Amino acid sequence: MGAQTFAQKALARAAGLPTVAVGQVVDARPDVILSHDNSAAIRRIWLEFGQARVLDPARLAITLDHAVPAPTTRHAQNHAEIRDFVREQGIRNFWEVGRGICHQVLSEEAVVLPGQTILGADSHTTHFGWLGAFGAGIGRSEVAVLWATGELWLRVPESLHIIVEGTWPLGVTAKDFALRLIGDLGADGGLYASVEFSGPAIQALSLESRMVLPNMMAEFGAKTAYIAPDDAVFAYLAPRWAARRRRLGEPVDEPLEEIMATFAAGALYPDPDASYAAVHRYDAARLEPYVACPHAVDKVVPVSALPHTPVQQAFLGTCTNGRLEDIAAAAQVVAGRRVAPGTRFLVIPASSQVLHEAVRLGYVTTLLEAGAVIGVPGCGPCMGNHMGIPAPGEVTISSANRNFRGRMGTADAEVYLASPAVVAASAVLGRIGDPREVTG
Amino acid sequence: MQPIVGRAWVYGDNVNTDVIFPGKYTYTVTERSEIARHALEDLDSTFAAGVQPGDVIVAGRNWGCGSSREQAATCLVYSGVGAVIAVSFSRIFFRNALNNGLPAIVCPPAVAAIRAGETVTVDLAGCTVHCASGVFTFPPLSEKVLEMIEAGGLVAYVKRRLGAVPGGATAGLA
Ligand code: SF4
Repeated sequence: MGAQTFAQKALARAAGLPTVAVGQVVDARPDVILSHDNSAAIRRIWLEFGQARVLDPARLAITLDHAVPAPTTRHAQNHAEIRDFVREQGIRNFWEVGRGICHQVLSEEAVVLPGQTILGADSHTTHFGWLGAFGAGIGRSEVAVLWATGELWLRVPESLHIIVEGTWPLGVTAKDFALRLIGDLGADGGLYASVEFSGPAIQALSLESRMVLPNMMAEFGAKTAYIAPDDAVFAYLAPRWAARRRRLGEPVDEPLEEIMATFAAGALYPDPDASYAAVHRYDAARLEPYVACPHAVDKVVPVSALPHTPVQQAFLGTCTNGRLEDIAAAAQVVAGRRVAPGTRFLVIPASSQVLHEAVRLGYVTTLLEAGAVIGVPGCGPCMGNHMGIPAPGEVTISSANRNFRGRMGTADAEVYLASPAVVAASAVLGRIGDPREVTG
Repeated sequence: MQPIVGRAWVYGDNVNTDVIFPGKYTYTVTERSEIARHALEDLDSTFAAGVQPGDVIVAGRNWGCGSSREQAATCLVYSGVGAVIAVSFSRIFFRNALNNGLPAIVCPPAVAAIRAGETVTVDLAGCTVHCASGVFTFPPLSEKVLEMIEAGGLVAYVKRRLGAVPGGATAGLA
């Protein structure tokens, strides 16, 4: 068979086949099966299969993150049901309330490795493309079926190739590029496709910035997304993988270099002459900060096109942009300044590790001094559960990935999406603004 | 397979899962009738009270984009919706719909022709949509999908197969 894309190679491996063709339907065996607060609902479906044990508890990964700590008795009951399930099934890849958001935690804990496949009951499972894994979101019933049988059919998708050249201007981030791409091609611009990124500007991104792109591709309609893993990825994963194994009581004797070499050997790269449904080229140097306007992620304009949009709430966090570099960018913007009167600035780190580092490096102090509120690591108000629900008529600017009507819990509130620096600048200005306006 | 007959509820492009079934209910609302009561809550406040068994949703591009929440499909099933006809579907909604026995039909010419409130007939076996302005055909769903829809969805289908071939079943959709 001819040259293969990443998606073809990954699904061939997951299905145990030498090669697969685009459009072929395969029985894939994912290496990791992700779920979160929805695990209790999945368990209720799984119980219908009449099994006493899930097929392979080692492949399950469960994080409590979507409504943590429990805001109501119902949510607390939901968590309790999940803890019972975790205990009774002996699921060791389980993370409690406050550890962080599933995609961030599984990245930090090196649960998914380059070249592996992860299917999750979460639409942003595309996230794991940052490390060269095949990640796709699926429904709850499908996860229940995976717990029971370990396999699920997947159609091998067409691939889009997105090439980014040039150097990033100061203050322009991966988030700005993701918004621009979705704005240009529409919320269904990558429908059903594997979106494969490459080019010098992509490889130049920090690992934390790389995480933004595959994560945001869920908003592009993509099935999965991919960035070629390099040494920086292997070096990030190796010590984290070893630490988790040791914590689980499994001895790890190999030196880190050897672990890195094993990860590198497992990585998958598209053939240079692989065929793509479409190729799109961008020059990073010609990008600027962008904002997605209510209530669609593809209603994208340059931040400069919104000269007077007051905001009552600025929210920095989520699996898209709640990492250390995001908090650092915000701290830099607000340092020595105050959040504008009439505006609230809510900062929710994506994980406990992010929070810990942000405290150690002084960012949390800077943010608190500016008048920000720091929340418990988790999804916060991203999907409207709690901790920052806007009032009717209010405007929020958010570093999240989704601004659908009602997404943050209030149907007649407006949500704009932007990079962390734009969110922080807007908190200080009390209206949507460019960080360069604040820091000069 | 019985044809599906009902009135058309017509919506536009990029209708997302948050307006089909708001995220704030996903961990607390579990009862079928209660799930149905919130169907399309932030899109069309008349829907939940007015929908009749067999009614059909007619939508533009990318229906069901956004979250993986399965209630975006089940709230329609529990409301009695017989089928969704669209120009295109988001991939997770498409899977969730078929997995719950809700036909998700890609038929752009039917979408262009159907007017809100008119009676629509969907013949899954014959792959046709009948409406006031004519008959439109759509590409057939695979045998396996039809089998699954007839079985009542993915869970029922896998249950049956697990019973027949212990430990050896697979199921799901593209
Ligand atoms: S932070 Fe938001 S988008 Fe990310 S997993 Fe949580 S709810 Fe989903």
